[in-house]
Amino acid sequence: MKSYVAQRLGIAILTLVGMSIVIFALLRLAPGDIVDILFSTAGYVNDSEKQAILKELGMDRPYWVQYLDWMRQIVTGDLGKSYRYDIPAWDVIRPLVPVTVELAVLSILVAVVLGVPTGVISAVRQDTLLDYVLRIVSLAGLAMPSFWLGMVIILGMVSWLGWIPPLTYVKPTDNFKAHAIQFMLPALAVGYRSSALIMRITRSSLLEVMREDYIRTAWAKGQAERVVIWHHALKNAILPVVTVIGIEFAFLIGGLVVTETVFNLPGVARFLVQAILWRDYPIVQNLVMFIAIIVIFSNLFVDMLYGVLDPRVRYG
Amino acid sequence: MARPVGVPVDLVIVGAPARPGWGTHLARFVRRKPLGAAGGFIMIVMVLTALLAPWLQTHDPIATDAAYTLGRPSAEHWLGTDHLGRDIYSRIVHGAWVSLVVGLGSTLLGSVLGGIIGLLSAYAGGKTDLITQRLLDILQGLPLLVLALVMSASLGPSVRNVIIAISIPIIPRAARVIRASVLSIREMQYVEAARALGVRHLRTAFRHILPNTIGPFIVLCTAQLGSAILVEATLSFLGMGVPEPYPSWGRMLSVSAAEYAQKAPHLVLFPGIAISLAVFGSNLLGDALRDTLDPRLRGSR
Repeated sequence: MKSYVAQRLGIAILTLVGMSIVIFALLRLAPGDIVDILFSTAGYVNDSEKQAILKELGMDRPYWVQYLDWMRQIVTGDLGKSYRYDIPAWDVIRPLVPVTVELAVLSILVAVVLGVPTGVISAVRQDTLLDYVLRIVSLAGLAMPSFWLGMVIILGMVSWLGWIPPLTYVKPTDNFKAHAIQFMLPALAVGYRSSALIMRITRSSLLEVMREDYIRTAWAKGQAERVVIWHHALKNAILPVVTVIGIEFAFLIGGLVVTETVFNLPGVARFLVQAILWRDYPIVQNLVMFIAIIVIFSNLFVDMLYGVLDPRVRYG
Repeated sequence: MARPVGVPVDLVIVGAPARPGWGTHLARFVRRKPLGAAGGFIMIVMVLTALLAPWLQTHDPIATDAAYTLGRPSAEHWLGTDHLGRDIYSRIVHGAWVSLVVGLGSTLLGSVLGGIIGLLSAYAGGKTDLITQRLLDILQGLPLLVLALVMSASLGPSVRNVIIAISIPIIPRAARVIRASVLSIREMQYVEAARALGVRHLRTAFRHILPNTIGPFIVLCTAQLGSAILVEATLSFLGMGVPEPYPSWGRMLSVSAAEYAQKAPHLVLFPGIAISLAVFGSNLLGDALRDTLDPRLRGSR
């Protein structure tokens, strides 16, 4: 077990290093940099000034020096300065993290609470009208862009309840109710989509388990349906579901990019778009690495969880 | 290949026509997979809309009309007009073309590139395979949208670049699927026979193994098409997708929902419905094709 964890951690770190190279290279390929953008907003170009700014930001050095410098920064925990705001990148990123984490956790909660029970119902009532309705509802969830669903929710709230979405972020300590509404709506929009995936995997996994001999034995013993399904069957059907929940949690971050924009929430994802547009390298590369770390470690966590959920899984 | 299931043995012996024509296949598909057929119908309508857009339009999709902004749906403008007075119906009709070209283009590009990588990686096996897998892990470790976002920003906005940006995250997913399928085909006796006859490696891989991955490949493409359409809409929504003057469904949505909720909800509703229908259609079709072409995957996601 210990050597397995060590091995997995080693691979994870190698993967992260590879990602950092990809991200670094992609950003340097992009046409234009922060200096060009600054000058195009200022409306004039002064070459010596341009060189001075490049030098000040350290962008006149060879790419490999810049890359190694970034790696050194990550290791020492000092993430460099934002080009655009001229303050340490970590000070820019830090206040954004709790917003995104809260939204992601709420969304996955919505997804699990909606997805697992509907998946179970759909499997137990296979090929009935209820099953078809639930499956179509979940397919619709996969088809609707979550940002559009968010817009429709806002539309509905405005026209029927006269509710206007707050233009700025409300702290939970200031007004808990407003804060809860501000987060629950986007969480619903994002969570509905993920719930569709969870519902489908729960349904198919449960259907497979329900055909096993030990389930027939449980029925033959005269066990109540509730016990057979929730106690005997679901326990063995839950493994693929946990995998999907893990994958979804990581990929939710992607969906959040647009949802945060629609709901005006100051999170990591929305800020990423701004930073890309500004070619604010220290912010973009660190934000993307932050997302990559979440993805890699939630995958790792799910694999570890297997051993807990299913004692048959052994790590060699 | 497995013995055809469900064909009575005496029919095979007598040599009755065991290969029904296209019409029979289609009729059976519609009967057995009504949802898949519905998906196929939606996709056919979408393709026709995209091809016939210049004849289906009622107005010039990029002509603005300052006198008629945010118009409600009417006999003149079937789905109303946007904040610049452009006809939403005509824009949606033309948007089908953008959505389809980018969706299909990126799916095919990503699947073909990924497929070749998966084929060679699985065929080579050993260290090559291991290293390729780790490299693909790197690409797959980022959420599809985040990678497409960074790609699209670094390539600059154009239809071609959006297609490339969306195809990159598809590559590792395609490579995985084709690799898995090649790994099992590689062990078959006819491959061994081909090698024993002295067929070269590359020819064995492309001529003898590749054609047998066509089933998983089609399944893969239809499964990715929906998400490619979604990502295009999302990128365009964020202003990093298809540039003006192409009418893209995603960019039509980059208006403030709160602002237009009272005055012009149609501005928010119709493009979103178009996106959802397109993705819904390709998902339904993909599911049904997967069940039909690859029974092993039946019921999984």
